[in-house]
Amino acid sequence: MSATRSAPALKAIGLRKSFANTVALDGIDLAVEAGSVFALLGPNGAGKTTTVQILSTLIRADAGEVLVAGHDAAREPDAVRQVIGVTGQSVAVDNLLTGEENLTLMADLNHLGRAEGRRRTSDLLERLDLVEESRRPAATYSGGLRRRLDLAMTLMGDPEIIFLDEPTTGLDPRSRRAVWRIVRDLVAGGVTIFLTTHYLEEADHLADRVALLDHGRLIAEGTPDELKRRIPGGHIRFEFADAQALDAAARALPGSSKDEDALTLRVPSGAGIGSLRALLDRLEGIPVERFSIHTPDLDDVFLALTGHVERGGEPL
Amino acid sequence: MTRTHTFALRDSATMLRRNLKHMVRYPSVSLLVVGIPVILLLLFVYVFGGTMGAGLGTASGGRAEYLSYVTPGIILLAVAGVAQGTAISVSMDMAEGIIARFRTMGISRGAVLTGHVLGYTLQTILGLAAVIGVALAIGFRPSAGPVEWIAAIGVLSMVTLAVTWLSVALGLKAKSVESASNIAMPLMLLLFLGSGFVPTDSMPGAMRSFAEYQPFTPVIETLRGLLMGTAIGHDGVLAVGWCALIGLAGYRWAMRLYDRDPTRQVRLLSAGRA
Repeated sequence: MSATRSAPALKAIGLRKSFANTVALDGIDLAVEAGSVFALLGPNGAGKTTTVQILSTLIRADAGEVLVAGHDAAREPDAVRQVIGVTGQSVAVDNLLTGEENLTLMADLNHLGRAEGRRRTSDLLERLDLVEESRRPAATYSGGLRRRLDLAMTLMGDPEIIFLDEPTTGLDPRSRRAVWRIVRDLVAGGVTIFLTTHYLEEADHLADRVALLDHGRLIAEGTPDELKRRIPGGHIRFEFADAQALDAAARALPGSSKDEDALTLRVPSGAGIGSLRALLDRLEGIPVERFSIHTPDLDDVFLALTGHVERGGEPL
Repeated sequence: MTRTHTFALRDSATMLRRNLKHMVRYPSVSLLVVGIPVILLLLFVYVFGGTMGAGLGTASGGRAEYLSYVTPGIILLAVAGVAQGTAISVSMDMAEGIIARFRTMGISRGAVLTGHVLGYTLQTILGLAAVIGVALAIGFRPSAGPVEWIAAIGVLSMVTLAVTWLSVALGLKAKSVESASNIAMPLMLLLFLGSGFVPTDSMPGAMRSFAEYQPFTPVIETLRGLLMGTAIGHDGVLAVGWCALIGLAGYRWAMRLYDRDPTRQVRLLSAGRA
């Protein structure tokens, strides 16, 4: 509410990690306040999952320091594991067990007593809307259902800090909103959330602070509003009939990014009449096949901050 | 002592329960590892038995004689068969996201693997009971008394534990479930290149030396000696030595692979190329 909070729940200084000959993380500094939502935003291959794996003790950084709830992740991984919960990118449920058995398994591994385990299992089934399917094997669950079961399993340990690695990737809009609601409930209960996403909208909805990760480096950090102010407000896409027209237009509009294959040009711009008219004036005499206006998305953030458009889908 | 030590037993028991549930839910592997040795026993005794028995070179040589000779070999085949099942199921398990979850929880180191080993040891006991039961039903008449039986059970537990830890390591090492099922195959072949099915002195030179010195032969000879009263000699000591060596090496190797490679599953999933 007011005043300054105590030490950050999560702190990373100078994280570096390489795999074989790829640099995954190239010096990352992070600080996440207790009880807040922190979103790490970036395209595939930016290093989001690697960051989560290091913070959650799954792998060690080559260099740098990680403090989770005051514990050093490299020196006291077990102490860290006591206070965190992780929901990874691939759903981590036991497919051969039913939803209820999956939760009982977590209760046992958290060393809860039999009665307490049973109580928390039925509580979580209720809370994550899993009661109806609780006796069916997890293998038969839909994507959204599996995510919810996965989250329920993470919550069994009553973690102080929860890592959510792309929690809504591949979910339909309804399931996505269900996950968002759960996240907001958790934060209201005082839990700290560290989430990764490649949806700007998701970060906007949930996060108190957002950091942008590109090629293993943080290129910006701030509140969603601060970041959005740095985005010029979407882009306009022009399509041309031939490469000649495309080149001419690219020369006329510095700061635009060219796609030679699609013969398109992407120009950061607001959707206001004024800015649109100014753009069109500068294209005077160049034949434009068609154009479309796009509201801000992650690509715009990257275009604005890095000067290049990230093409998603490149593996780590 | 840390919490991790305190809860080691409890976590292993939890993991064992999980593996037993898996065996019940997905019984095809279990049926296979129990069924195949029984089928092979019947095959060897009734199809090959008459001819093989005659070749044993004993006075009475025949099908009944061969049943006595081959049963210890088939018993060990059941153990090796479970090894394949273990490697497959460990490898399948590692490909599931849930292993990454276990690693981020404060679960005792190795509890996941111990659960597999205990689960498959129980499964081996079932397989061995089936094989021995069928052998007795078709006329296997061991000369062993209670002491010999207890010693034989001891030998079998030892070799089962050793082979299972080794196959857990092989399952962790395998890059896919398919290669896990192949990687355990040599264990079964090794039995045929020993004294399990024919006496080693009937084999040609180099193969014979290999058959005499490979680890399974002293185990088979010890078992045969205990059950049928043949001479054991120094095979007993060799059997214990080999089992201890294989078991310990398998255990250390499995633990190291489990500790070292926590992101394997993630990398497998995200590998569009590679």
